[in-house]
Amino acid sequence: MKNRYFFIIIGLFFFFFIVLFEGLKNPNVYIPELQEEKNLSKFEAIDFYSNKKISSLEIFNDNKFYLINIWASWCLPCREEHDYLIKLKEQNLIRLIGINYKDDSENARKFLNEMGNPYSKILKDNNGTVSIQLAAYGVPETFIIDKNKKIIKKIIGPIDKKIYNEILLIIK
Amino acid sequence: MIFNYIGNYSLIISVIISLIIFFLSISNLQKINIQKKINLNKLNFFQFFFVLVSFFSLVVLFVLSEFSNITVFNNSHTTKSLFYKISGTWGNHEGSLLLWLLILTLSLFLYFLSSKNRPIKERLLTLIFQEVIIIGFLVFLLKTSNPFNQIFPIPKEGLGLNPILQDPILAIHPPVLYFGYVSTSIIFSSSLASLVQGNVNNLWAKYIKKWIFVSWIFLTIGILLGSIWAYYELGWGGFWFWDPVENISLMPWLSLTALLHCILVLEKRSLLSSWTIVLSISTFTLSVCGTFLVRSGILNSVHTFANDPERGLFILTFLFILVFLSLVIYFLYEKNLKTNNDKFNLLTKESSILINNWFVMYFLSVILIGTIYPIFLEVLSDQKISVGPPFFNKLLIPFLIPFLIFMSIGPNLNWIKNKNFGNKIQLAIFFILNLMLSFFIIKMFGKITLTFTILLAASFYLFFITFKDLIKKNYKNTSQAISHFGFSLLILSILMNSILSKEIIANLKVGEEINFMENTIKFKKVESSSGSNFKSLIGFFEINSKDNKKFLFKPEIRIYNQPKVITSEADIKTNFFKDKFLVINLVKGDNYFNVRYQEKPLMIWIWLSTILIAIGGSVSFLKRYEK
Amino acid sequence: MKIIKFLIIIFLYFSSFSSFSNEKYSELETKIHKNLRCIICQGQSIYDSQSDFAESMKLVVKQKLDSGMSEQEIYLFFKNQYGEWISYDPAFNTKTYFLWGLPVLIFLLGGAIILRKLAVLKN
Repeated sequence: MKNRYFFIIIGLFFFFFIVLFEGLKNPNVYIPELQEEKNLSKFEAIDFYSNKKISSLEIFNDNKFYLINIWASWCLPCREEHDYLIKLKEQNLIRLIGINYKDDSENARKFLNEMGNPYSKILKDNNGTVSIQLAAYGVPETFIIDKNKKIIKKIIGPIDKKIYNEILLIIK
Repeated sequence: MIFNYIGNYSLIISVIISLIIFFLSISNLQKINIQKKINLNKLNFFQFFFVLVSFFSLVVLFVLSEFSNITVFNNSHTTKSLFYKISGTWGNHEGSLLLWLLILTLSLFLYFLSSKNRPIKERLLTLIFQEVIIIGFLVFLLKTSNPFNQIFPIPKEGLGLNPILQDPILAIHPPVLYFGYVSTSIIFSSSLASLVQGNVNNLWAKYIKKWIFVSWIFLTIGILLGSIWAYYELGWGGFWFWDPVENISLMPWLSLTALLHCILVLEKRSLLSSWTIVLSISTFTLSVCGTFLVRSGILNSVHTFANDPERGLFILTFLFILVFLSLVIYFLYEKNLKTNNDKFNLLTKESSILINNWFVMYFLSVILIGTIYPIFLEVLSDQKISVGPPFFNKLLIPFLIPFLIFMSIGPNLNWIKNKNFGNKIQLAIFFILNLMLSFFIIKMFGKITLTFTILLAASFYLFFITFKDLIKKNYKNTSQAISHFGFSLLILSILMNSILSKEIIANLKVGEEINFMENTIKFKKVESSSGSNFKSLIGFFEINSKDNKKFLFKPEIRIYNQPKVITSEADIKTNFFKDKFLVINLVKGDNYFNVRYQEKPLMIWIWLSTILIAIGGSVSFLKRYEK
Repeated sequence: MKIIKFLIIIFLYFSSFSSFSNEKYSELETKIHKNLRCIICQGQSIYDSQSDFAESMKLVVKQKLDSGMSEQEIYLFFKNQYGEWISYDPAFNTKTYFLWGLPVLIFLLGGAIILRKLAVLKN
């Protein structure tokens, strides 16, 4: 009887050890990555140029791929990824929507003049609420939306060469 | 710098001394029937002494701001005041581990001095187990977190200590808490030794009780200090967040509390011997487990230290060796325990202690499972969840009600057999009175929930009964009466505090005012000021109460230079009825300030009642000591 | 006597409380804030956190409440967006049976052991 207890406890003990050992390898910071394809939830935002309120339904109304990019002029990695966004725009296969995150309009304009404007539409997000509707984590962040209006890819951080190629593969 | 070498080599010397003590004890143990006195006091002292030297070397390095030492470089800065330079010694991983070792060797030294009445073999065995722990931690320190590593070229300036750690309470919090944690190792080693020797009896219980009380008092005060610090520095008026690191500190305390009660049964009735051993093992295991969870960074907490998986792996392995060895020893020598199949009568002190242990173990399991479950779930199913306050409230609060009621009845029962158990009807009527009282209180506040009403009633019940015990002249056990009264006061103040706290949050700029209940809060002006290593903005707020009393609040926002961190220093006005708490925070890109004003009833009683609990323990400890 | 004095103090004390408005956040909002975990300061709820992100999340909570969503719907919205992790109150589902059940199971087991020890049942 006692022996059986002993082995049960030793067994549990090794189970604990292995789990904690494996647990050490996992990062302790949570990053809200995209687990599965998700429908794009409906939201409203102010247009960057016209300052009018528009609904997401009006924006994503074509049977096309869309890319939503959250950016700000104060964000350095946004500058790094900007060239890739321009290149994507030139491919003409995907429509780029920019969300200008907690930014000063004047600085944002300067940024676009200097770096080029890849976006077919820019929305303002002065208080960060629009990005939360999209389940964003920070700037820069990019979402790819397919023709069924599903979010199929989420990129946390700047786009680099590898991710750029992945995006091309998806939209082609 | 010479102190780097002194510190480093004294650590190595103490490893050697530890090994000598370890083998000497083993060889002494094998000489059967040794009548001659063995004198290990000197060796024990030297082991402690060299760790002390090493510790002082580190303190000196911090005081001199010697940035050739990497620990000093990472955690200190020349503009820091002397006090925080010293307290910075244990405000980081390496230094605090050295402090841990210092206390570990000190408590072994104290153990050997104080245990002269115990059988020599038991003492030697305790020494052996204790040396295993000491050597483990020494190797851990030297291998993964040596505080005396050097850096070259020598930097001109250090990186500074996190400003929220630059605080008087947080300077003494770690030593107190560590003393509590570390002295549980003596309980652990001694219980294993007495198990092997077949000495688990009332005499052993009488001896080890002293250590249990010491650890328990220090842990209680240590947790209290941490909580006070969190109240005014970290949170927005909260003092307990169910954060993993806080939970971890509470687990050994709960286990120790169970042991504290259970040891009484062993002492008075020679019962529950195996359960006592299990609790002794689990208390220390939980302490080391806490070290693992905090230092490895496996958990995500507000208080996480800089984390390093290598350290985590080392402690994990060490922890499991310890637990494994103690399990094997337990099962091998379990037959040495006197299995007394005595009966427990229902209405006796011993069964009420059993019930106490039952509930305390439940609370412990809730906290343990709630804290580590997310790790298990992530490893086994790759899903991340958060377990926070709602979980703990849901599982703890309902069980608190019967616990409080048992607690009010239990201490008034006798050992073995109870002849006349009070007047049951009287007790029941009294409970109903309390129920009515709490119903009115909650009704006055406006929101009635069944659980809260009954919980409040139960805590009033305990409060009145323990109060009666406390003032009863010929009550047998003063220390227990004080501690239990303190506990009832604690629960009552926490409950009242959580039901009745009020707060207002607003964005204000200078000159504006808002109304809060019947007070007006006026934001008068902002002034800037500076300290040795920070600049600060001081907000001046005037609060006019309805009876035209004026209170001036001066909350601060501090901008520390190194590292660059902004902290909010709340201004708190305390009296016996409530705390008034005002804190400000910057609003990004605006000339507005985020203002939070809270009125928190009975706040000071939460601290005072915890001190009362510890005083109760101290009374008991001093009483035993005189005998 | 002392007890009566204490009671009087308590009652006087409570009578001074009255309802008030003019808060930035309602009680319900504060409750929701305490149950949502901040993504940036990961050890804290958005109620405790001072980060910018937490402020944005509080605004979203306000918007959702204004648009007529209930407390539960708001939690669901955030869980759907950011995953279960965001809520401090773990749901009761296949993944968390053990979390909720194990402590209670331990309690019952402990109770059973104690019952066996008690003399009443032995006789």
